[in-house]
Amino acid sequence: MTATLEPTAPRPGGGGDLHTKLSSNQLPRLLPWGVFVAALAIVLATVIANALGSDLPTTRIVLLVWAVQFLVPLLSAFVEGRRKAVDRLVTTFVVSAFTLALLPLGSIIYTVLDNGLPVLSGEFFTYSMRNVVGEGGGIYHAIVGTLLITGAAAVISVPIGLFTAIYVVEYGEGTRMARWIRFLVDVMTGIPSIVAGLFAYALFVLFFGEGVRMGIGGSVALSVLMIPVVVRSCEEMLKLVPNELREASYALGVPKWRTIAKVVVPTALAGIVTGITLAIARVIGETAPLLIIAGATDSVNFNLFGDRMATLPVFAYTSIRNPGVPPEFSLDRAWGAALVLLIIVMLLNLVARLVSFLFSPKGEK
Amino acid sequence: MSSSVTKGRPQKSAAPRRAGDVIFSSISFSAAGLILATLAGVAIFLTVEGVPGILASPDEVKSGESFLPYVGPLVFGTLLAAIIALLIAVPVSIGVALFISHYAPRRLGSIFGYVIDLLAAVPSVVYGAWGIAFLAGKIQPIYEWLEKNLGFIPLFAGPASATGRTILTASIVLSLMILPIMTAICREIFLQTPRLHQEAALALGATRWEMARLAIFPYARSGIVSASMLGLGRALGETMAVAMVLSASGVVTFNLISSTNPSTIAANIALSFGEASGLTVNALVASGLVLFVITFAVNFVARAIVDRRKEFSGAN
Repeated sequence: MTATLEPTAPRPGGGGDLHTKLSSNQLPRLLPWGVFVAALAIVLATVIANALGSDLPTTRIVLLVWAVQFLVPLLSAFVEGRRKAVDRLVTTFVVSAFTLALLPLGSIIYTVLDNGLPVLSGEFFTYSMRNVVGEGGGIYHAIVGTLLITGAAAVISVPIGLFTAIYVVEYGEGTRMARWIRFLVDVMTGIPSIVAGLFAYALFVLFFGEGVRMGIGGSVALSVLMIPVVVRSCEEMLKLVPNELREASYALGVPKWRTIAKVVVPTALAGIVTGITLAIARVIGETAPLLIIAGATDSVNFNLFGDRMATLPVFAYTSIRNPGVPPEFSLDRAWGAALVLLIIVMLLNLVARLVSFLFSPKGEK
Repeated sequence: MSSSVTKGRPQKSAAPRRAGDVIFSSISFSAAGLILATLAGVAIFLTVEGVPGILASPDEVKSGESFLPYVGPLVFGTLLAAIIALLIAVPVSIGVALFISHYAPRRLGSIFGYVIDLLAAVPSVVYGAWGIAFLAGKIQPIYEWLEKNLGFIPLFAGPASATGRTILTASIVLSLMILPIMTAICREIFLQTPRLHQEAALALGATRWEMARLAIFPYARSGIVSASMLGLGRALGETMAVAMVLSASGVVTFNLISSTNPSTIAANIALSFGEASGLTVNALVASGLVLFVITFAVNFVARAIVDRRKEFSGAN
């Protein structure tokens, strides 16, 4: 296996016979690719071998094949000169950065699948944690809570976000108010999720007294995070609608509001749906605000306006934080919940991309 | 100023005002107003709930400290974790963005972009679980190595944490979480570098790296700055990953690999809010207000930089 590690050095005289004075020495075009593909193959082989039971030192092998990548720029420094060598060195760094960003993604997905898959069962999806100590129990109550709270958040955010986008694009175009709204919406995307949770808590405390916990508070907190995302994506989509469509509609004597409702929004609908789906995907995994205002519970609760509500992320968090004795069962359930959450988020992302790919108007893809 | 030129749109003054029009425009106007009200509401409600916590005397809150000594170490920890995360994420995200925009084959570039965006889709609680179960264990031997060989640097003075759940681990997880947004913005701006600048550089015999240095980076500098600041804003406010990964003890130290670590504002709120009562809750809300002010300022400046260059760059 290690035999492939050695990059075959080109003989300086061997392939260079055809060189004229006008061209400088060059490394074979495929050499960097060959070294890179060989490295990938070795790492892949190591991972597969380890999955099948052998015990190779993965970290060291990865570091070793990474170090070998730098032989190409080194070689280039002797054959091609300094400038080309620097160029190749940077290429190696850039590709390394990309690979470095991918490794954790792969590792996260693998870890969650590895720990979560054995937990999934019929019982896991249909039981709550009420009166469960130790083994058994499930995430039914958390799924119910997540769907209700996120659904309510979407019901609050979508109309507000869409109408704000309509105001910014259709009515406020060029006014100072619209500029400020656009700017503050941008700033709002950076509100930390825990601050949104505290805001919802501080708001509800005024009406319900200290220690308030209810599902709708979670929806309000999530809306604070979701509205800016919805506004931004809807705004971008409305801007893409060609002015000719609006003008044609006005020319036929259609009032402005009907033009917006019947021409502008339907034209941009695919993009709007994509944006909303991505916004839902963003908030459905939020933990911190729900921990603050929705709390955690072991029972099923269908009432958004009364008492604590469990959600998938909070369930996973509390199961890891307070696993009880013995901890294994609780940790297993946490991984199961994390896997379900990850699947939901990935599915939402996939649906969003599919919608924009399949339904966007021609030429806008 | 509302009568400014509307880029060829029909002037609305020409059409009669219908009831539908009035209703529709006032609905959208009030939706926009509601957003401003929400933003103001966040500041107002946090202040209303937080002020009693700021004024509380030391024996009324759980920490037994008055507000400034209580929140000071937390602010320090928040800034430390976020800045380390930024130091890791900036070079990586510039590299990734450059790879996607100029090094990868064009067709693959957008697919790679989606893949990096997936990092943003992973819920923070999953990052936290992964950080505890995988990263902390894998990285612990490296900390021991750092302590043994680089222990003379105060950052790595040790003694190395036995669990690996240090502020450096938390920062690495944070850097992963802010990578997607920074990459996305850098990528957009790199792609908008005028083609002629790039081709001119190449035509003068520049290698690809020299082209990037001469044409892309000067054009994208302010975009990179604001991308970094947006990443900083995210890292400052990120809660769960830090709360789960870090084993915090509320000290002020630059020692990155020991088992006594400073906590962050957000993580501290998440960890203590459940059991808090009375004025302790108000103190936590007040610390949330401090966090809000810091992140708002960072985001405000970052967006202002983006906006100033919008006509050139079109970021976002």
